[in-house]
Amino acid sequence: MKYQSQQVAKLYFNGALLIFSLQILFGLIGATIYVAPTLVPVDVLPFSVVRMIHTNALIVWLLMGFFGCAYFLLPEETENELYSPLLAKVQFWLFLVAAVVAVLGYLVGNYDGRSYLEQPLYIKLGIVVVALMFLFNCTMTIVRGRNTVITGILIMGLWGIAIFFLFGFYVPANLVIDKMFWWWVVHLWVEGVWELVMASVLAFLLIKLTGVDREIVEKWLYVIVGLALFSGILGTGHHYYWIGTPAYWQWVGNIFSSLEPLPFFAMVIFAFGMVWKGGRDHPNKAALLWSLGCAVMAFFGAGVWGFLHTLSFINYYTHGTQVTAAHGHLAFYGAYATINLAMITYAMPLLRGRAPYNQVLNMWSFWMLTGGVVLMSVVLTFGGVLQTHLERVMGMDYTEVQQQLTLFYIMRLVGGGAVTLGLILYLVAILLPPREPARLAAAE
Amino acid sequence: MLDHLTKAAARNIFYGGTLFFFIAFAVLVGDSVRRARVMEANHPISDAVAHGKRVWEQHACFDCHTLYGEGARFAPELGKVWLKYGGAKDPDGAREALKNWFAAQPTGVEGRHQMPQFHLSDTNVNDVISYLQWTSTVDTQGWPPHAPE
Repeated sequence: MKYQSQQVAKLYFNGALLIFSLQILFGLIGATIYVAPTLVPVDVLPFSVVRMIHTNALIVWLLMGFFGCAYFLLPEETENELYSPLLAKVQFWLFLVAAVVAVLGYLVGNYDGRSYLEQPLYIKLGIVVVALMFLFNCTMTIVRGRNTVITGILIMGLWGIAIFFLFGFYVPANLVIDKMFWWWVVHLWVEGVWELVMASVLAFLLIKLTGVDREIVEKWLYVIVGLALFSGILGTGHHYYWIGTPAYWQWVGNIFSSLEPLPFFAMVIFAFGMVWKGGRDHPNKAALLWSLGCAVMAFFGAGVWGFLHTLSFINYYTHGTQVTAAHGHLAFYGAYATINLAMITYAMPLLRGRAPYNQVLNMWSFWMLTGGVVLMSVVLTFGGVLQTHLERVMGMDYTEVQQQLTLFYIMRLVGGGAVTLGLILYLVAILLPPREPARLAAAE
Repeated sequence: MLDHLTKAAARNIFYGGTLFFFIAFAVLVGDSVRRARVMEANHPISDAVAHGKRVWEQHACFDCHTLYGEGARFAPELGKVWLKYGGAKDPDGAREALKNWFAAQPTGVEGRHQMPQFHLSDTNVNDVISYLQWTSTVDTQGWPPHAPE
């Protein structure tokens, strides 16, 4: 670690891991309700609140991770200290308090809005303040220092996140228009600007871990983010098939969203190519595993699992079934959870002033977490296909079909158990001191 | 790979292409919004419908149900539920049946997904039903399969 102000990233990474744990806890509760619907009294904790906390915690910890990634990466890339470490700390506590207040509010029924945007207005305004503090700090750091392609793409992605969030304030009474602009937040985030953040963080990690020439990495970065936005922006069409929008979206969505796997495929080629080319034998093997795992899992989760049901004539049947849930889990984990966990694995030993310790445990956590999410996603895919057939092809009633899916939901809960175990291993590997005190002493 | 592509060219393609595709997207969205306004003129959004949508949002109905396939998959799709209850032929009967449905929750039947008792006021129940009546009038390109007429 070269710059003192990078230390603020530690705060963000710790916060991200805390909220990640909250997300998994509520995921487990939700998966349990699916298996035993009357176990948790519905008047105390309805499924809706569980899902709201599960999905909101996901978004908050990923964003908190992105903030941490930016604060860790920017000083090294721009070759100067952060504009204001104090502002970064204030921003962290404001964001954490907003998240905690939101979750406590959800538990007592204080929510309002649409899916993923359930935050009451004052929390949403708080998020805007947090975003402005963050963007100001990052932009000023970049303006004062060296400009690289990585910082350029990263800051474009981060500004994009903030700008598209503003569409969350627009809630027209016309449901069709409401849905169209709801996707401007949801789709243009995860299939647009978030990919810029992901690709730039991955590029940073690969430069550090493989020692490959910056010039080559930067050219690849432009190609990857170009493919992401050229396919992703009009790829929004795949959400405009059945929401009251004109039929031409079926053409637009079919053509452009079919191309959405390409940037993820390019990332796989890029990541493995750089490791192949790079001569550096970096000691942090776990960070390299997470980085390569990120590229591969993003390709399968976002790319392949997205393509499975993106064509309108398939989506006509699968839309709004467990197939969507399967894709959602694998894509969010593959693309965005792993990039954060990769960066945390790389940065935490540096921030804590220790050699990359507990590597083997960390690598076990990768396989456990990944295996768990893959199991959940695969069983939900099979369950979703069965649901699609019974409900959408045969025309059976929703509730009747759910009775047929119990086995899949039980196996999904098992997958969730594996994810929980993987998370515990990861937390132990990252947060607890290494087992061999000798290595700790040597590192210091 | 990428040997013939210079970094400057890659950068220009990225920024130029992004701008082009975003403008194309915005134009198409603009056209779709215009058509949604035309549809709204034919099926006016009354105060009750607009308020019903707010009731829907304030109770996070989408965190269990889907509307046009979007939301959570814990409970049935409701975009055309008005037609399923026969609202096209007998609006009063459909309204009464849906009100009774709300009143009967939670069922407590073992092994079945449970819906909370929201204790909605008469106005709120009526308005959220009016909202679901309105959503059934939207042309969803024939989705979902087996939707009632």
